Amino acid sequence: MEVIYILIPIALLIAIGAIALFFWAIKSGQFDDLEGPAHRILMDEDGIKEEHESDQ
Amino acid sequence: MHNPTHHTTSNTPCFHCGLPIPQGISFSTIIDEKAQPMCCPGCKAVASAIVAAGLQGYYRHRTGNPDRVQEALPEFLQEITIYDNPEVQKQFVVHEGDVSEASLILENIVCAACVWLTEKHLQQLPGIISASVNYSTGRARVRWDKTKIKLSKIIEAVAAIGYRAHPYDPNRQQALFERERSRYLKRLAVAGALGMQVMILAVALYGGEWWTIETRFKHFFQWLSLGLTLPIITYAAQPFFISAWRDLMRAHAGMDVPVTLGISIAFIASTWAIFTGKGDVYFDSVAMFVFFLLSARFLELAARKKSSETMEALTRITPLMATRITETGEEVVPVNELVINDSVLVRAGETVPIDGKLVEGRSSLDESLVTGESMPVTKDIGDMVIGGTINRESPVTLQVIQIGQDTVLATMMRLLDRAQAEKPTIALLTDRIAGHFVTAILLLAVVVAGYWWSRGSDQWLAITIALLVVTCPCALSLATPSAMSVVTGRLSALGLLTVRGHALETLARCTHFVFDKTGTLTQGELKLLKVHPFGEYHADQCLRIAAILEWQSEHPIAQALRNATAAPVTSIAADVINTPGSGMCGRVDGKYYAIGTPAFVKGKTGAGFDSNSLTALQNQGHSVVVLASNNEALAAFVLGDVMRKHTATVIQQLKLAGISCSVLSGDQQAAVRNVANILGIDKPVWEATPEDKLKYVQRLQQDGATVAMIGDGINDAPVMGAAHLSVAMGSGTQLATATADMILLGQHLTPLLQGRGLAQKALGIIKQNIAWALLYNAIALPLAALGYIAPWMAALGMSASSLVVIGNALRLRSLKT
Repeated sequence: MEVIYILIPIALLIAIGAIALFFWAIKSGQFDDLEGPAHRILMDEDGIKEEHESDQ
Repeated sequence: MHNPTHHTTSNTPCFHCGLPIPQGISFSTIIDEKAQPMCCPGCKAVASAIVAAGLQGYYRHRTGNPDRVQEALPEFLQEITIYDNPEVQKQFVVHEGDVSEASLILENIVCAACVWLTEKHLQQLPGIISASVNYSTGRARVRWDKTKIKLSKIIEAVAAIGYRAHPYDPNRQQALFERERSRYLKRLAVAGALGMQVMILAVALYGGEWWTIETRFKHFFQWLSLGLTLPIITYAAQPFFISAWRDLMRAHAGMDVPVTLGISIAFIASTWAIFTGKGDVYFDSVAMFVFFLLSARFLELAARKKSSETMEALTRITPLMATRITETGEEVVPVNELVINDSVLVRAGETVPIDGKLVEGRSSLDESLVTGESMPVTKDIGDMVIGGTINRESPVTLQVIQIGQDTVLATMMRLLDRAQAEKPTIALLTDRIAGHFVTAILLLAVVVAGYWWSRGSDQWLAITIALLVVTCPCALSLATPSAMSVVTGRLSALGLLTVRGHALETLARCTHFVFDKTGTLTQGELKLLKVHPFGEYHADQCLRIAAILEWQSEHPIAQALRNATAAPVTSIAADVINTPGSGMCGRVDGKYYAIGTPAFVKGKTGAGFDSNSLTALQNQGHSVVVLASNNEALAAFVLGDVMRKHTATVIQQLKLAGISCSVLSGDQQAAVRNVANILGIDKPVWEATPEDKLKYVQRLQQDGATVAMIGDGINDAPVMGAAHLSVAMGSGTQLATATADMILLGQHLTPLLQGRGLAQKALGIIKQNIAWALLYNAIALPLAALGYIAPWMAALGMSASSLVVIGNALRLRSLKT
C-alpha cells in the first residue's frame, strides 16, 4: 500500500497540469469565440496556394 | 430617351451581390478564369480586390450575399484619415513601441466566409502583424506596425473588399464582462479539477468508515483533502464570500449568506475534525457545492454576456465624428468638441450626432430609434432634429442646439436609469426565506450543541456537525437554480434568452402583457400590401414602373416597392427628379411618370384621384402613394407595417390563459387601432410618450397586476425598466435589450407563449423541490438533533436529497412545451 504515497502525488501533478493548461487556454483567448472555429475548419486554404502557384 | 431593347435582357444576377443587373450595363470581373457579370462599378471593384488578393475561395464558401456595394465615397476616404490623428486614436488604440493594437467593428458580416475573407485580406497587408476576426461579435482585433501602415489604410483596405470597419471603443462594461467571464472559467477549472481529487479521497474515507482504514492512511487522506480544498475555498469560492460580506454589511441576508455559511461551517468543522482527530471530514461536500454553484452562476453570466454584446448598438447609435462647417470649409471633428450654435453637415445615410435645428436643406429622417415612429418624418428649415435619428434622403445643415447630457437621447438614458433603480423586489423574497431558514438552523445548532455538551456527551461535536450537514440548505439552495438553469437552456434554444435571474419566475406569474406595436406586434418595416390599378395597366406593370422610378432612392417606401417586384427590373429611369418628402418623377421606357403623394403626382401630371377611396385606405393607418403618367391615374400603392407571423394566435392563447393584453404605442391612432382590432385587443393606447407609457404601466401595477412589457426602441426603455418583466425583441432596436430581463431573438412571438408554459412548469418543479427539501429537513433535523444520525449518514442523506432535487429539475429537459 506504500505505493499510494507515489501514486497520489502523480495524480495531483496531473490535476495541476490540467488546471495550468486550462488557464493557458483561457489566457490565449481560446474561449473568446466558440462559434467561429467550427466554420473556419471548412474553409480550405489550399485554393489560395494553388492559385499563387499557377501565377508563377 | 427610348430604350427599344428592354425586354431582351440576361437574367443573370450580379455575381458579387446577387442583385439583378440593369439593362445596358456591362461590367465583369474574371474569377477562377471565367468572366463573371457585375451590376455596378462598386461590386466590380470589390470583386477585383478579392481576386487580386487571391481570396476567390470566398465565393465558393459564402452562404449569404453581401449588400450591394456603395462605392467608397471620396468623403469617406477623407474622413477616415482623422483616425490617424494621435489625439483621436487615444480613445481606442493601444500602443506598445511601434506596435499598435485596436478593435474594429465590422459591418455587413453575414457568414463565416466574410470572416475568413477579411481576416486573410488584412493579414496580407504589409505592416499588419496579426488580424483575427471574432465571428460571434463581428469584431476584428488588429495589430500593426505603425511605421509601416496607417490605421486609415487598414480601414480603407477593409472597405475595398466591401465591408465597413469602425474603430471600437470597448466600453468599460463590456471589458468588465469579459474579465469576469474568464475569471469564472478559471474558478470552475480549479473547483472541478481539485474537487474531483477530493471526491476520490472521500470515497476512500467513507469506505474506511465501513471496512476500517489504517489510521496513517486516514490522516494522510484527510490532510490531502484539506490541502486540496484550501484553494477551492480561498480562490474558487471567492465570489460567494465577497457577495455575502457585502450583504452582511448592508444587514440583509442575501442568497450568498447561507451559501457562504454552509461552506465555511463545513470547512471549519472538517478542519477541526482533523486537528482534534475526532469526527469526520466533509471536504468533498464543500468542493462539489462550490463547483455546482459556480456552474450555475457561470451559465447565468454567459446568458447575460450574450445580451451585453448588443449594448454596442448603444455606443454606435450616435457617431463619434461630425462634419463641422466653418468659414473656411468643412472639417471632421470629434462630436464632443462641438459647441452650441456650431453648424453641422449631415449627409444622406448618416446619423445625426446632436440635437439641432435644421437651417439648410430638406430631408426625411428615420426617427424609429428615438421615438418609435415607424415612418420617416419630413424635416424642413426651422424643424428640430434629434440626435440618433438617421438622415434618409439628402444632405442637411443643422445648428447645434443641445449637446452632451442635455440631448434627448441622454435624457432618455437618465429616465431609464431611474426606472431601473425602481425594480420590484419579488426576487428577493425567496432569498429572505432561505436566509431566515439558515438563521434558524444556526440558532438550533447552538441550542443542540449546548444541550449535549451540558449532558457531558463526548458526541456533542459529532451531533452538531451531523445537524449542520444534514440540514445544510444544499437541496434548498439547489431547488431553484437547478430548475432555472435547465429551463434557461431550453428557452435559449427556443430563441428566448433569459438575462436576469428573476425573469423566469416573473414570466410564470405575469397577469398582464403590454405590447409595443411597431417592431413588436408588427415587423417594423414597410411592406407593399396592395396595388390598386385605376387604368388599363396591370398591377404588375404599375409595380414595375414604380420600382424602376424608385430604383435609386433609399427611402423606405422605395425599398418596399423594389422588394415587392417579382420580375427582374431591366430598365433604368431617365431624367429622375427626387423631391424629398413628396415623390419622384422621371421617364421609364421613354414615357413620363410621377410617383408619390397624391398632391405631388397631381401637380406633376395633372391626373386626378378619387380622394374618398384614398382616404379609406389611409384610415387603416397605411401609407398610400400613387402613380400616374400624363393626365392618367395608373395605380395606388398601399404600404404598411405587416403583422408578425402567429401574433394573433399568441394573443388569443394568452387571453385563453386568462391574461390581459394591451397595446401601448407611440404611433398614430389609425395604425394602432387597426392592429388592435385585428388582434382583438381592447383599449389600445396611441401616441404615447415615454412618460405616458411609464405612467400606464405604473397604474396597472398599483392595481395589483404583474406586468410584462414586450417592446423595442429606446423610447420603451424607461417603461421596460419599470415593468415587472421586460422582454425585448432582439431583432429590433438593439438598445432596448440592454435593460431587458428577457430577449426574444426570433421573428415571431410564439417563444413567449412556449416560454410562459415552460416557466410555469419550472415554477411547479421548483415548488416540488422546495417541498421535498423542507420535508427532508423536517424528518432529518429532529433525528439529527436527538443524536440518531452519524455524520456519514448525514453526508449521504444530504447528497441524496440534492440528487433527488437535481433529478427532478432534469425532468424539465424532456417536458413538452
